[in-house]
Amino acid sequence: MLYPIFIYLASLVLTGALSAAFYRNHRFSKYFAAVSNAILSLIMLVFLINRFDSFHDEVFKTIWSLPMAEFHVGVDFLSLFFMIPLLILAAACSIYGSEYFKEHRSGRFHWFFYGLLVAGMMMVLISRNVVLFMISWEIMSFSSFLLVISEAQKESVRRAGWIYFVTAHVGTAFLLTAFFLLGSGAGSFNFELFGLVPFEVAKSNLIFIFALAGFGFKAGFIPFHVWLPLAHPAAPSHVSGLMSGIMIKMGIYGILRVLMFFTSYQTWWGILLVIIGASSGIIGILFAVGQHDIKRLLAYCSVENIGIILIGLGLGVLGRAWDYPLVSMFGFTGALLHIVNHALFKGLLFLGAGSVIRQTGTGEIDSLGGLFKKMPMTGSLFLAGSIAVSGLPFFNGFISELFIYAGAITGAVASAGSIMPMVCALAVMALALTGGLAAAGFTKLFGIVFQGNSRKTDISSAVDVPSMMKLGMIFLSVFLVFIGMMSFLVIPFIEKPMLLLSGEAASPFIYQLSDIGEKVSILLVALLILMIIIFTVGKIFRRKTVTDVETWGCGYTKPASSMQYTSSSYAEPITSQFGLVLAARKELQSDNEIFPVKPWSFRSSVEDWFLSRVFIWFVKLIDRILSLLRWFQCGRAGVYVLYIGCIIIILFIWKFVL
Amino acid sequence: MIINIIISTAAALVFSPLLIGIINKTKAFFSGRRGSPFFQMYFDLYRLLKKDAVRSGTTTIVFILAPVIVFCCTLAAAVLIPISPGTGIISFTGDFVLLFYLLGLARFFLIISALDTGSSFEGMGASREAFFSAMAEPVVFISILTILRLNGTTSFTDALGGGGAGNWIIISLATVPFFIVMLAENARIPFDDPNTHLELTMIHEVMILDNSGRGLALMEWAASIKLWLFSLIIVRIILPGSVLSFLLTFVIAVIIGIVESVIARTTLLKIPQLLFSAGIIAFLGFFLSFSKIFVWS
Repeated sequence: MLYPIFIYLASLVLTGALSAAFYRNHRFSKYFAAVSNAILSLIMLVFLINRFDSFHDEVFKTIWSLPMAEFHVGVDFLSLFFMIPLLILAAACSIYGSEYFKEHRSGRFHWFFYGLLVAGMMMVLISRNVVLFMISWEIMSFSSFLLVISEAQKESVRRAGWIYFVTAHVGTAFLLTAFFLLGSGAGSFNFELFGLVPFEVAKSNLIFIFALAGFGFKAGFIPFHVWLPLAHPAAPSHVSGLMSGIMIKMGIYGILRVLMFFTSYQTWWGILLVIIGASSGIIGILFAVGQHDIKRLLAYCSVENIGIILIGLGLGVLGRAWDYPLVSMFGFTGALLHIVNHALFKGLLFLGAGSVIRQTGTGEIDSLGGLFKKMPMTGSLFLAGSIAVSGLPFFNGFISELFIYAGAITGAVASAGSIMPMVCALAVMALALTGGLAAAGFTKLFGIVFQGNSRKTDISSAVDVPSMMKLGMIFLSVFLVFIGMMSFLVIPFIEKPMLLLSGEAASPFIYQLSDIGEKVSILLVALLILMIIIFTVGKIFRRKTVTDVETWGCGYTKPASSMQYTSSSYAEPITSQFGLVLAARKELQSDNEIFPVKPWSFRSSVEDWFLSRVFIWFVKLIDRILSLLRWFQCGRAGVYVLYIGCIIIILFIWKFVL
Repeated sequence: MIINIIISTAAALVFSPLLIGIINKTKAFFSGRRGSPFFQMYFDLYRLLKKDAVRSGTTTIVFILAPVIVFCCTLAAAVLIPISPGTGIISFTGDFVLLFYLLGLARFFLIISALDTGSSFEGMGASREAFFSAMAEPVVFISILTILRLNGTTSFTDALGGGGAGNWIIISLATVPFFIVMLAENARIPFDDPNTHLELTMIHEVMILDNSGRGLALMEWAASIKLWLFSLIIVRIILPGSVLSFLLTFVIAVIIGIVESVIARTTLLKIPQLLFSAGIIAFLGFFLSFSKIFVWS
């Protein structure tokens, strides 16, 4: 499996470089890079799925000239599992991007960086040495940063890129600390030696916290999510699809990888994960409901879904810490499946959002409307994504949430102690609330953007997107329906990586997973047949006279499109009830006359106080502390020579005197 | 198994309009009227199914498909609730999630079909429906967890069809929030007024304002099936052992009628508080289910 991966990586970078080199015919070169990227990913995907059953762990080592480093790569079921959504999404986003990014003028290196981002993520998945891992991690962070600032002429894009850059590297600092702690115990920087010597409890706690924070900045759960709502809207849509779909999952992968270094889990890790997951889910989706920009809404929704994944992980860890293999199995299965599912539907939604923005020129929800008639294909696919992201049946989001629920229910019913049932009940409540609010958020998004009439933007000339963009979206939506309807066929792919995480104790219960999947599938297929029957019967016995009229306005005969509900008004009950979390700002511009002369305007916005208060405050605090050291850098060459001299003397004393 | 499926769906289809009739008769009794006949809703459905449709030009295919999807999903949810002991059809860990998410899918399409018309009234109803149902869901789930704990099973269908007894204090602490949520989810007083669609109360009735003919019939029927499902769940929680306990759903209908007659509708701003207090009661029930003093069965 490793050699095909090497070939894949090399050809990704090579095609990107070729397209940058032969940029003269820029349309062709972009097209070439995107399409070959897609084809390569598809070939790799087919190969991987073919080999999945007969796969065994593989390792490849060679000596490397970097200090402490060894070129040490390997594939196990966990990395293999993460490659599936990565390859699917890389293919879909590049098919889509080949058309979407064709007209973009400045973008010579765009597809090179795109290939580098995919390659970087693959490298992260196969690295088995800290130095190699960090290099891959930085390739991934840096190439995605360069992709985010594709439209760097805009002020907002530069700011988003800057904040992304800073957060990514604060995360790296935490990661390095975690890895140093791991390495100092094992006496090596190779992953394979990390787990061999069991860690003391205090040290493993410390490692867990640092790893959680470090990977958290990439995964983007609360309170580390500040870069997501800025970077995703700033990036081109196929890049945001890739970043939100799979790049943030690399943070989850990192957490899982670190968890695998430990032989036993602490209870409070699981509780912490569930609590972070629950708050991330609820706060993330609340922020999403209050947004006015399509892509920003989707970005906050990613925060929510990462929260759901963390709830699953927390249940898995709890189940293992308390020796409840069933809870652990359901938790990890749900989390792993949700990783794939979120990659698929969030990729689809970002591509759909990109289509809307490309065809209408705006991503502002309040100025759109009625796009379903103009863009039926995009609209239907966006609807599929919206149902999936709300976790409703027939689409894939439901299956993974069902497994996480199943874990929490098993834990809540278990008669052991009272902490575990309580935590599990908390998980159930959080899942239910996020599910309901997600449905509210996505009925808002779909209903306001695609239905009714256009509010401000002129959409009379809008048409559906070109076929390459449709193809990218259809490709993803096929998986949405397939996993949603036929989940029992997908579960075998999860069993092995799940057993790596939950331990062999879960293997006797593994049949329950496909059992649940089959039962759900049977019911859903029957329901689908029922729907088709009723609909056809209705069609056959159709009355001839269906009268077309205006929407009933309760007697008002001159409705205008500005009278429709907007995203602000739709979200108002939620934003005002959860004012404690959301701090919605309302601005009313009026002329205080009894009979208004000028038109009034009202707008409400939801500010992310995590960024404006917590994060900026934190960065300023660090800046103030570090400024105490600023005298050190006086800028005179003589003083620096003095520093060098002092260091050498100290080293001498350390080496020879002590 | 096939027989059981037919029984539960047929019971839902046949009995559900009667519940509405009983509620209306009770309300009529309290206000001193004779009221419409018990079987009025059957006549209404028959009339609507015969009628032509009038459709807004703003709407899309979503509006045409929504009644079918809403109806079918609600009906499919009936399969997951056993009507008498031992008639559970599909049971697995977390089956109630499927049950409520099928209702959630129905609600999703109800909401987007309302938004499809571009009417501000229907948007208002949709917005409220989305919010209140999001608040209601955790309450229901905690109540169900309590029931599951009492029965020591992870499947709701098993718990409802199993006939296990439990402590009546905890059962009532699980049932009361469920009843409150039933009123909220089915747009009854004190949450919504099923008789009007005016601004102050517009939630459910206003969302189907533009539906007509068959579409309206399916929507109304689906709404009554939903009421039937919730009351059946309550009845099965209280009396899990009895074969004919589903007849008690009509008693639930009478209780709803009484509640609607004696309680005024609350202001919309207080609805979240009401749901929140229902959640507190549900959580208290869950908490008490840990206690060894209370669980003696």
